[in-house]
Amino acid sequence: MIIAKMKPIEEIIDEVKDHKKVLVAGCDGCVTVCEAGGLKEAQILASALRMYFRQAGQDAVVDEISMTRQCDHPYVDAVADTVANYDAVVSMACGAGIQFLAETYRGKPILPGVNTCFIGVTEAKGEWAERCQACGDCLLASTGGICPIARCSKRMSNGPCGGSASGKCEVSKETDCGWHLIYERLKELGQLDRFEKPMDPKDWAKSRDGGPRKIVKEVSQI
Amino acid sequence: MRLSYPTNVRIVKLPCSGRVDIIHIMKALENGADGVYVAGCLEGDCHYQVGNLRAKKRVAYVKEILDKIGVGSDRVAMYNLSAGQGPRFAEIAREFTEIIRKLGPSPLRTAKKKAA
Repeated sequence: MIIAKMKPIEEIIDEVKDHKKVLVAGCDGCVTVCEAGGLKEAQILASALRMYFRQAGQDAVVDEISMTRQCDHPYVDAVADTVANYDAVVSMACGAGIQFLAETYRGKPILPGVNTCFIGVTEAKGEWAERCQACGDCLLASTGGICPIARCSKRMSNGPCGGSASGKCEVSKETDCGWHLIYERLKELGQLDRFEKPMDPKDWAKSRDGGPRKIVKEVSQI
Repeated sequence: MRLSYPTNVRIVKLPCSGRVDIIHIMKALENGADGVYVAGCLEGDCHYQVGNLRAKKRVAYVKEILDKIGVGSDRVAMYNLSAGQGPRFAEIAREFTEIIRKLGPSPLRTAKKKAA
């Protein structure tokens, strides 16, 4: 899922302080699971903003809603009547959702309530870690199911590098060396011979180097 | 024991302090409470293992928000005491009431009057 983190509240206050009617819009998708921008977090933020306005002696209305997804037309379009009642919307969806809301409601300031961080997993309750960089050309089949693009700090296709020590990356002692993990996994799988054949250069044009990406699946189109 | 404690303390009974969520404390303040304290069991004595430790983290989280929105973190506190500590319960009620009394009414209630 996409992992996000709520923006510092002072930053959000700075975005909304001049508005009189603010809607905090949560998203029931990824940001709910990573506890950054679901209905629960929208309620907390809206309550905090109401208290901020009130202690500042300002008359402002702050309400909250949540949508099934902010990255799909039906759900975003369905709140048109609600959005029309507010001066600004703080979207707590990922960057994609925030932009989709802004594209749909063009005359309305749509402000970010979270910082979108990465594609990752829930390692433990309250702990999320990066696993994928959406490079557009998955090579997990040859690396034992561990991604060198997401897990190696240098995104090396052929590692480990000289900075790997005792299974840790030179970037931080907290960070596992991605290629050390790959080595250990391939050993378990009895596939260490993969290290004898270097990987071909990666086609980065399928990643961000090719500009913003778009997928069209004709059979799914109406 | 028939202990007396300040009448301004309004008790919300919950099965465990672990049931207290961030939004509950926020709503209490928003709805006019001048202060909120969570009374949980002694650390290490939770019947559900970690309920009071969770409450402690949530109280800390709310405190952080309150400092940033101009309400002040002192209006929220976490206390730990056992069910057998009646006198301590009354003492905490008096202690926290005194802290809040010194702070004065919540800025949520006074800001409007000041502006007027």
